[in-house]
Amino acid sequence: MTGAALELVCPAGTPASLRAAVDAGADAIYLGFRDETNARNFPGLNFSRDELAEGIEYAGSKGVRVLVAINTYPQAGNPGPWRMAVDHAASLGAWAVILADIGLLDYARRNHPDLRRHLSVQASAANAQAIKFYCDEFGVKRVVLPRVLTVDEIARINGAIEVETEVFAFGGMCVMAEGRCLLSSYATGESPNMNGVCSPAEHVHYEERDGQMVSRLGEFTINKFREGEPAGYPTLCKGRFRACNRESYLFEEPTSLDVSNILPALMDAGVTALKIEGRQRGKAYISQVVSTFRRAVDAAARDERPVADDLSSITEGGRQSTGAYEKGWR
Amino acid sequence: MSDGPKLTLGPLLFNWPAEQVGEFYSRIAELAPVDTVCLGEVVCPKREPLLGETLAAAAAELANAGKEIIWSSYGLIADDKEMAATRDLADSCDGLVEANDITALPLLQGRSHAIGPLINVYNEGTLQWLAARGATRVCLPPELRREAIAQLAESAGETELEIQVFGRMPLALSARCYHARAHGLHKDGCQYVCDKDPDGMPVDTLDGEEFLAVNGVQTLSHSIVELSAEVDDLLAMGISRFRLSPHHIDMAAIAHVWRGLLDGNRDLPRARRIIQAVAAFAPPSNGYFYGRPGAELVVH
Repeated sequence: MTGAALELVCPAGTPASLRAAVDAGADAIYLGFRDETNARNFPGLNFSRDELAEGIEYAGSKGVRVLVAINTYPQAGNPGPWRMAVDHAASLGAWAVILADIGLLDYARRNHPDLRRHLSVQASAANAQAIKFYCDEFGVKRVVLPRVLTVDEIARINGAIEVETEVFAFGGMCVMAEGRCLLSSYATGESPNMNGVCSPAEHVHYEERDGQMVSRLGEFTINKFREGEPAGYPTLCKGRFRACNRESYLFEEPTSLDVSNILPALMDAGVTALKIEGRQRGKAYISQVVSTFRRAVDAAARDERPVADDLSSITEGGRQSTGAYEKGWR
Repeated sequence: MSDGPKLTLGPLLFNWPAEQVGEFYSRIAELAPVDTVCLGEVVCPKREPLLGETLAAAAAELANAGKEIIWSSYGLIADDKEMAATRDLADSCDGLVEANDITALPLLQGRSHAIGPLINVYNEGTLQWLAARGATRVCLPPELRREAIAQLAESAGETELEIQVFGRMPLALSARCYHARAHGLHKDGCQYVCDKDPDGMPVDTLDGEEFLAVNGVQTLSHSIVELSAEVDDLLAMGISRFRLSPHHIDMAAIAHVWRGLLDGNRDLPRARRIIQAVAAFAPPSNGYFYGRPGAELVVH
C-alpha cells in the first residue's frame, strides 16, 4: 500500500441500483428524494422516505455510507420540500447531505448542526477562497469540485484548504460551470437549478427529414444524423451547431468523462473521493462501472498500473475524455 | 435623477477595442439618463489589461456626469491571477463592488456591496442571508419567473432588487473558450478572437435558426430580453432597479425609452417599437418572466 485508496462515491437512482453499487464495491452511495429537490429529477427515479430508510439499512450492513443530494435551488415562496428533505435525511441517519443553495445550507447548519454537509458541484466553488467561504459560514466538510479545474489547480486548492475534495470520475460531463448554466431553461423552461433536469425528455422529439434523423429540444434543432449514424440524446451543450460558417460540436463532442488513467495524479493532488455520475443509469451499468473503478482505485492505492478495463462500450458516443482535468481541453 | 425607480447600465460584456469603450462611456455620460453604471471586466480576465486606463477615465467622466459607479467582479474566478485581481478590486475600490462570483463575498465582508445576476439568488433564505452580510442590492438571475420575483421582492426588506430588462441574457460560463474553439484556437492562444463579434458570435442551429451568442467563455441568449410591457408589474412588486445590458447600438436611446417608462410614460407600443428598431440585430423575448422557455416572446 502506498496510500489510502480514493473513496468511491457511486450513484443510485433506484433501490435496485443502490444494492448493485453496494455489492460492486462502492464506499458510499449518493441519491436523492423523488421530487424537485435533487438534480436528477427524472420520471421513475429516486427514493421515497421509506426506500431511503431501507437503502441506508442495506448499505450500512455492508459498511457503506449514504449521502443525500438536495442540490437544486429552493423555489421562492416554497421552501418546504427542500427543508423537509434535509429533515428526513437527518432523521433517517444519512451520513451527509449534498447542498448547493446558501439559504438551505444555512437552514441545515442551524437546524441539524450534527448532520454532515457536503457542497454540491452545483454551487460551483472553483477556488480555495470560495471553498473556505462555504466552510467558514456553513461548516461544510467536503466540496465536490466543479469540472472546470485542471489536476494542477486541484492540487493547489487542496494545499490551501482544510476540508476534503471529491471530483467527478466517470460519466456524463458538463462543459459549463455547474449550477451556473441556464441553457436548458432557455430552450425548454426547465433547468438544473430550478427543476433538477437538463434538456428534459418531455421536451425532446425526433423527426425524420430528407433521410436524416433530426433531434430537437423545445423549438430548437440540436443535431442531425445521417442514416446509420447513431442518434444521440439531444443534451443541449452536446449538440451540433453552426458558428463561424462551420458546423461543429461547438461546446463539446458527445463524450464521457473517464479519469481511470489519471488516478495516481488525482491521489497526488490530494483528492479524497471520486464521484461516478449516473443516477439515471440502470443497475447493470452501475455494476460494471463501480466494479471496474473498485479495481482501478485499489490498484492505484497499491501503486500498480491501472487495470486496462475498457469502459468505452458504455460511454457516450463510445468516446472518453479527461475533460477539463487536462489543460488542453480549454 | 429621480428619487423613484433607478436605471442601471450593466457591465459591458464584450471585447471592444479600448478606444470604442472610451467613446461608448463618453456618450453614456453625456446622453444616457441612467443612474448607475457598472464598470469592469466580468467575462474574461485576459481582456482586462487592455482596458484599465480606459475604464478609469470612463469612471471619472461618468462620475462627473452625476452617475453612480459600481465595479463588477469576474463571473468565474478559478486561478490565482483572477483571485488576486478580485482582491485588488475589493481593496482599491471605495465605491460599491458587485460580486458576480461567491469568491468575492468574503472580500466584501463588513461593507455594503451589490450582488450581480451571475450569483444564484433563487429564494428568500439566500436573499436574506446575503442581505444580513451587507448586500444592499441584488440583481436577480434571468431565469426567475414572475411569481418568484414577486416573492423575493416581498421579503427583500431594505435590499434593492434589480431585474435585467434589456439585452442578451447571460446563460452560461465555462472554463473553455468557445470563441477560440470556433476559430480552431485554444484559450491560451486565443488571439483575442472574441473582438470580432461586438455583440457576441452568432450560434445557429443546423436548420439555420438563430439560437445563442458566444462571448468567449460565456454563452448568451440570441434573443434580447425586453420587459417594457412588464414595467407596471415589476414596479407594483417593488422592483426598484432596472438593468440595461450594453450592446453595440445606441444605448442612450434605449435608456431614454426606459427613463420614460419609469417616469410614467405608458405609451408601451411606442416604447416597444423604438427598442426593437434600435436593437434590430436580435428579436425580443420575455419567456422566463412567464415561466416559459427563455427564448419565447409572450405577447398579450
